Amino acid sequence: MSTTKTHTVRHDHANEPNEKIVLRVTDLAVVTNAGDEILHGVDFALSRGEILGLVGESGSGKTTAGLACMGHFREGLKFGSGSVSIWPRGDETAVEVVDLDEVAVRSLRGSRIAYIPQDPALSLNPAMRVGEQIREVLDIHGFGSSERERAERVAAVLVDVGLPGDRAYQKRWPHQLSGGQQQRIGIAMAFAMFPDVLILDEPTTGLDVSTQAVVLDTIRQMTVANNVAGLYITHDLAVIKDISDRVAVMLRGDLVEEGPVSAVLERPQHEYTKMLMAAVPDLAGRKTIGYGAASLEDVERESDASSEAGTKDGSKGAPTHILVSAGEASGAANSAKAEDRTSTSADASLLEVRDLELAYGKAQILNGINLALEPGECTMLLGESGSGKTTLSQCVAGLNDDYSGSVRLRGTELARSTRKRTNDQRVGIQYVFQSPFSSLNPRRSIGQSLSVPLEMSGEGTAATRKATVEEALDSVRLGRSFYHRRPGDLSGGERQRAAIARALVNAPSVMVCDEITSALDVSVQASIVALLRSLREERQLAMLFVTHNIALSRHIADNLAVLNKGTIVDYGPTSSVLENPSHEYTRSLIADVPKF
Amino acid sequence: MFGKVIGRRLIFSAFILLAVSLLVFGATLLLPGDAARAILGQQATPERIAALNEQLGLDMPAWQRYFSWLGGLFVGDFGTSSASGGPVADLLGERIGASFILMAVAAVISVPLGIGLGVYQALHRGKRRDQAMTGASLVLAAMPEFVIGIALIAIFATSVFQILPAVTLAPPGDPVWHRPEQLVLPTVTLVLVVTPYIVRMMRATMIEVLDSGYVEMARLKGVPEKRVILRHAVPHALGPVAQVIAIQLAWLAGGVVVVEFLFRYPGLGQALIDAVTYRDVQVVQAISMLVAAVYVVVNLLADVVGILTNPKLRSAA
Amino acid sequence: MSTDMNNLDDLKSQVAEGAEVPKESQTTYTPFFKRVLAQKQGKIGLVLTLVIVILALCGPLLLPWATGNTATEFVAKPFSPYGLFGSDNLGRDVLSRFIAGGLTLIVYAVIATALGMIVGAIVGMLAAYVGGRFDAVIMRINDVFLAIPQLVFALLAITVLGPQGWVLVTVIGLTHAPRIARVARSATLGVVTEDYIRAAEMYAMPRWKVLFRELLPNITGPLSVEAGLRLTYSIGYIASLSFLGLGLQPPAADWGLMINENRIALSIQPWGVLLPVIAIALLTIGTNLLADSFARATASTSVEA
Repeated sequence: MSTTKTHTVRHDHANEPNEKIVLRVTDLAVVTNAGDEILHGVDFALSRGEILGLVGESGSGKTTAGLACMGHFREGLKFGSGSVSIWPRGDETAVEVVDLDEVAVRSLRGSRIAYIPQDPALSLNPAMRVGEQIREVLDIHGFGSSERERAERVAAVLVDVGLPGDRAYQKRWPHQLSGGQQQRIGIAMAFAMFPDVLILDEPTTGLDVSTQAVVLDTIRQMTVANNVAGLYITHDLAVIKDISDRVAVMLRGDLVEEGPVSAVLERPQHEYTKMLMAAVPDLAGRKTIGYGAASLEDVERESDASSEAGTKDGSKGAPTHILVSAGEASGAANSAKAEDRTSTSADASLLEVRDLELAYGKAQILNGINLALEPGECTMLLGESGSGKTTLSQCVAGLNDDYSGSVRLRGTELARSTRKRTNDQRVGIQYVFQSPFSSLNPRRSIGQSLSVPLEMSGEGTAATRKATVEEALDSVRLGRSFYHRRPGDLSGGERQRAAIARALVNAPSVMVCDEITSALDVSVQASIVALLRSLREERQLAMLFVTHNIALSRHIADNLAVLNKGTIVDYGPTSSVLENPSHEYTRSLIADVPKF
Repeated sequence: MFGKVIGRRLIFSAFILLAVSLLVFGATLLLPGDAARAILGQQATPERIAALNEQLGLDMPAWQRYFSWLGGLFVGDFGTSSASGGPVADLLGERIGASFILMAVAAVISVPLGIGLGVYQALHRGKRRDQAMTGASLVLAAMPEFVIGIALIAIFATSVFQILPAVTLAPPGDPVWHRPEQLVLPTVTLVLVVTPYIVRMMRATMIEVLDSGYVEMARLKGVPEKRVILRHAVPHALGPVAQVIAIQLAWLAGGVVVVEFLFRYPGLGQALIDAVTYRDVQVVQAISMLVAAVYVVVNLLADVVGILTNPKLRSAA
Repeated sequence: MSTDMNNLDDLKSQVAEGAEVPKESQTTYTPFFKRVLAQKQGKIGLVLTLVIVILALCGPLLLPWATGNTATEFVAKPFSPYGLFGSDNLGRDVLSRFIAGGLTLIVYAVIATALGMIVGAIVGMLAAYVGGRFDAVIMRINDVFLAIPQLVFALLAITVLGPQGWVLVTVIGLTHAPRIARVARSATLGVVTEDYIRAAEMYAMPRWKVLFRELLPNITGPLSVEAGLRLTYSIGYIASLSFLGLGLQPPAADWGLMINENRIALSIQPWGVLLPVIAIALLTIGTNLLADSFARATASTSVEA
């Protein structure tokens, strides 16, 4: 529907018809089978040798747009209106993808337009050898003239993506490869037929930073070498900056801004792009994330009551939870003191982890961990998947009792399991789980779930408990109206706020946050980070913030502990670790993270 | 490499059979104190009771009886029938073949039929024919075997058509397959009972597989739809469905009892009912063990299918 | 090139919605029974089941009216003065025996199902919740019970203990248990790793409270499906055993037994067979349709996004 179509901010005229364009999407609308429109007329063009980054948060329709370029619509969706034209190599005239019959679309897919999926572990056929899966593309599209030619192409394209091309490797099963290798098989499969257009659907989302860097590098090289036009779909603006030439920003089925990367990211015009830019954490910590996003959220909440323009200005003007971004001012001083105390340990720290070890059979998960935390201080525990960071945080919270060594709260050694800890000790350390979709019982109301900690610590009457819970809901900026609602009615960000409120009802002194923002969109992440900062201020709450995202470090943490394969390799004030990393691992981590 | 996995399953199967034998034997310990009198009735003469006690070995301690019974199973000695007085093995010998033929024919028809219909439904999911077939399979799966069997008899053997025999008419000693027409109704009954479950499971599994990332990827590679189904989808659905088929085929061993009784079919089921009626414990035990063995073997086959269709399991060993 | 200022308000709400799911609908939760009855098979299933159950329950009350029969010989004619559907080979009125013959079947089936559900659900939940060696042992025992078909197991029990009501109910209930335990276990396993269970553990909630307050409400869906299925099977097994002559004994009026007694005369007096066959078929179809609609209602819970 062109009537509801939002105007797209364009930074230049590259979208106008020109001979470099290989694929052009015009006024594309996609509807559900029920008739609801989810793409409202999108325009963009892909040029040879260039990558267009298509960025948007969950539900923005970016994957739907990408798949529509291939004439593919997922179950429940169908083509609405508009056109997708492709100019295959050597052809003068354009092909209308959405008008083609099934056979013709099929002959385009995999040969002229190739797709690299989000999760290689799910997208490679587990019952087919990897070489065979690449070979299948060549067979179907009739590559070359002989068996031998096709076999040679399989080997060549494997070498191109940096994998061994020999027979033995081709005979492997997908499960015998690592995530990064699987994704490179996916890339090889896509490039096997020398396509003109490449659709990349968040191809590095599940990968570690270092693997991601390698995969991005491969994609970049292959695109340039094969002179392919790429569409890179992602939610990660930092990756966009790293890999693409142009960027298009999507918001709920509309394209709101489009242009060269540098222009869009440095001088965003559209309100939404500005908000996104403000929400993305940067390693250098030049800005304060969360302020912009949080205020937009607040605007939404307040405009529920009264949609006056004045309120917006008011809330924007009032810095309700703004905080210094880097730990420079108070943070650095604080943590310097912290270092003193860990060495002397005359007066006990609030929380202290000493020589913590954990092994399952021969696998050593954690190796002599020492950590200390003072009131009002935040330590970031940084590690990639498999580093043992979640295990460590669960040991601290008493959810995992297989460890040796000690966890002390105000100098008293804690029992290993929460059930054996005293009431006060349990109240003292609270834990917030990673996934907001799993941490609240879907069958019970938010109020019921949040009352559990109070009930179990035997505090107050039903009435005072309710008052305390409502207070906690207020302090996480959800409001009392959420008391009677069920998790199913809440968004991810709201659920995570409710989960934080559950940790707050008992007024703890330490809060352990296990990857609590990793399941959330970047704007929601920013607002949660802002919330945590203000809670720290208001309540002198000490925090152990566990994450894989180094870019968040300056935005939240005074101290930074880097965990690699169960060992803390770097530990100290955030800025000094980031500026003078002592360990090789930390250095490579900082080098590999896409800079924003 | 996968011999190891199979080896483990074999050991496990042997363990199951051993435990089942304990269970089946243990059941006889629940016989009322004076088992022989309970079996023969109040009018039995003391001599007959003593004879039966000896026959059942009731004068020995339980563990001794168990081991001699278990030892007998290995050499094909299933004990002595208290009703006929002859060896159980002789009684069952000719019937095993008759039952086997019935089950085998039913399995050979229903397995491919169920898989085929399930795939067909999955490919047309949500459409009217899918809904109609789902309704039909729900109705069929609900009804006990004898209800379906009687409905078939009513339609094809008595009131409406009268084209097939209602009961098995073969004289004793004459193999059942000499008159194939008498096999039709029992087989169809079993097929109608077993197929709906296979269809439903195949449909559900196929739908899951068709929604998977690798099937979408195959389509985005330009793989023709037929090849997508046969090469990328069906093999993944077979593993889980094999488990259900195994359970259904083992269940067939139970369903066959009722069907044989209904059609007066000279198989194990018929013998089992007679034995239960006359409280012929040895025969009931022997048939229970045979049925459990069928279950174990069929499950083993399902495991093999599961391993063959899943390279992860294949190379795990 | 510039931002469309008129749309800014719209846009901001869109931005917030883009990040946070819409808030208008305060609750998207529909009660389970409403979701069941919203489906065609749910409605049909409930009606079929209710009709047969009411017929069977009220049957004994209607008996005096139905037994207007004085025939002492076999009367095959329906709609004759010897009762609406004639009489059987012993001269007994088919209609009144039909009306009286469903009660025991339904009562036995319900008790057997309840027994199986209680034992199976508790064992399955405990196995998954406690885990470790306890779980392994329970599941191995389960495997052993699964190796013998339920009907064969029932026959074994009847051989030893005789064809009595309590034997039928107990053995069918107990042989349901391992099968139900498997379902309960896997449903529990899906829930027990959820963080809200770990949260309850973290707050040192007593274990029985975790089981009943946190776990049980989240597996009622699969359990209700299982209950419907098991009820269908119970009816089938108990009717089958009666049909085999190993359930209720003559001269009791019972559908399964009636079919067995009258099937020789199927071609001349079909009512004695057809009435109970149709009743059993409708009842099992009804309960199975209900079970299926439970399954669909569970799948579309929409409690989880």
